[in-house]
Amino acid sequence: MIHRTARGLVIGATLSLTAGLTLAQDITGAGATFPAPIYAKWADAYNKATGARMNYQSVGSGAGIRQIKAKTVDFGASDMPLKDDELAKDGMLQFPTVIGGVVPVVNIKGIAPGQIKLTGQVLGDIYLGKITRWNDAALTALNPGVPLPDAAIAVVRRADGSGTSFIFTNYLSKVNAEWKSKVGEGTAVNWPTGAGGKGNEGVAAFVQRLPNSIGYVEYAYVKQNKMTYTLLKNSAGNFVAPDDANFRAAAASAEWAKSFYQILTEQPGKDSWPLTGATFILMYKTQEKPANASAALKFFDWAYANGDAMAAELEYVALPANVKDLVRKQWGEIKDASGKPVAFK
Amino acid sequence: MTATLPAGASLQETPIERLGSTGSPPPGRRMSRWPDALFSVLAHGAAWITLALLAGIIVSLILGAMPSIREYGLSFLWRAEWDPVQDSYGGLVMIYGTLMSSFIALLIAVPVSFGIALFLTELSPNWLKRPLGIAIELLAAVPSIVYGMWGLLVFGPLLARYVQQPLQAAFGDVPGIGQLFQGPPVGLGLLSAGIILAIMVIPFIAAVMRDVFEVTPPMLKESAYGLGSTTWEVVSKVVLPYTKTGVIGGIMLGLGRALGETMAVTFVIGNMNQLESLSLFEAANSITSALANEFAEAGEGLHQASLIYLGLVLFFITFVVLALSKLLLAQLKKAEGGRS
Repeated sequence: MIHRTARGLVIGATLSLTAGLTLAQDITGAGATFPAPIYAKWADAYNKATGARMNYQSVGSGAGIRQIKAKTVDFGASDMPLKDDELAKDGMLQFPTVIGGVVPVVNIKGIAPGQIKLTGQVLGDIYLGKITRWNDAALTALNPGVPLPDAAIAVVRRADGSGTSFIFTNYLSKVNAEWKSKVGEGTAVNWPTGAGGKGNEGVAAFVQRLPNSIGYVEYAYVKQNKMTYTLLKNSAGNFVAPDDANFRAAAASAEWAKSFYQILTEQPGKDSWPLTGATFILMYKTQEKPANASAALKFFDWAYANGDAMAAELEYVALPANVKDLVRKQWGEIKDASGKPVAFK
Repeated sequence: MTATLPAGASLQETPIERLGSTGSPPPGRRMSRWPDALFSVLAHGAAWITLALLAGIIVSLILGAMPSIREYGLSFLWRAEWDPVQDSYGGLVMIYGTLMSSFIALLIAVPVSFGIALFLTELSPNWLKRPLGIAIELLAAVPSIVYGMWGLLVFGPLLARYVQQPLQAAFGDVPGIGQLFQGPPVGLGLLSAGIILAIMVIPFIAAVMRDVFEVTPPMLKESAYGLGSTTWEVVSKVVLPYTKTGVIGGIMLGLGRALGETMAVTFVIGNMNQLESLSLFEAANSITSALANEFAEAGEGLHQASLIYLGLVLFFITFVVLALSKLLLAQLKKAEGGRS
């Protein structure tokens, strides 16, 4: 009797498994937490429009890269682009989806948003622990007439590995030579000073709570929490404020046609916000499951066409139209086992 | 809780002898054999699966940590550097943070829990016993992330204002002791983590202590009172010696919880890899906190392996703590046996 029951169970399980496989047009992806809100929003709208489902696990860029390499998902997502040779080695390609900005924020009594001007050099020196007081000569020289207090700077940074930290440390490495040699760039680095908050919300909470503090968060958190942002000097020598137009300006000046390995920090252009970054999708060029890849590409094609307004609602910046066209062109390289390009229209 | 009951030397009960199955059940019930066999297989299976899981976890931890073990060997334990950019790792900062925050937690939690248990069993009026006991047990039901948020947003600022700043003002310049109170008094760091942990483990230790204090035979206590002992003498000379194995068991339970706590610590410890200053106010890092923060974004290779190595070290620390407590209990029992 046991045998019969067991056999029945096995057959039942196999049936339901195969049924699951044949029905599954669900797109699965995993990776960066930064774009997770917009992917979820797009997935919801896409589901309503077409009935197809997209399942995105926001597990972090590193875990996303691990999962796509293990081929457990249809696409991986990372805030840190992979170098072209690294992609070629694994037979993958990458393309950007949305752009976001990282913004230095402060909490000083009597200082309004946009009142403090910073350069990359000074910001780097603060995070190196070289500038420790708000009334340091380097800061007062940049901000004549601003009532900077005679108080210690409480430095706040991310404790967890994150794409936000990558954009921030990449920028500091470009503009502060000592930062580059002592600390370097990465999603997690050996921070010389400062308290670590977990996630953007952790840093935002620390900065709001600690008097005379400085931190860096994604733009959406600045807007939602009405935080005191600073101006930054860009590569053209202008002090710019963080806003959508300035993020877009930075993205437009990157040389996307050459490679999608573009880190948008310290881009040329008179309006470019220097702490800008794109977030990326990773996919294999040769697909063992072309139906899944096709479904994933259709989703992103749909999102490029219909998702810009949703992105703006969540304080992301959509890609410029010419970049989207470049991405669509690159999708032609994604092929099934027989070498036929995977359809995305 | 009953598992921690002391085997009192004075009240040696004759243990009920367990006999093997002699003879077979009556013929009428012998018909169906296989439920017995099935039950036996299930019970055995459950026990073995636990063991297999434990072994499997250890093996996978060791395998995952292999690149780091090969690179650093045991020197990982005393290397203080943690630099993902240079790909150079050592666990000393996190190991120190874990041990120190748990030590601070016990330093606060043990006397407080002792006081709570003593009050509940010896001093409290009857009408207060139940509500107070339940309130303390409810503390154990608060999720740890809530403690973390509360510690960050409410407790941290209070600690900074009313404890850290006065302490720094009073002792900051004293050589020696002053070293412990350096750094920014912002309510984040080892001291905050230790205090939050203490609040989290107090209900565990207090509940166990109360339970074992309650099982002290009233006759012993009343005899002591009858001889003119004060409450303190009764507790220290009669109750504590009678219940010391249970008390130690409770403390070890609390220590185990403190060592493994993650979310609450992550929120308040500051997550800073440094050992230049041993100040209690300085931000630090713990093993669990480093794992929770860095694992998701750690790339393959040495970074990930070193994080898994840290996990292995934590496993080892908790194992040693457990082994030490068992050893201590065995020693106590032996000493007792010698005396009587």
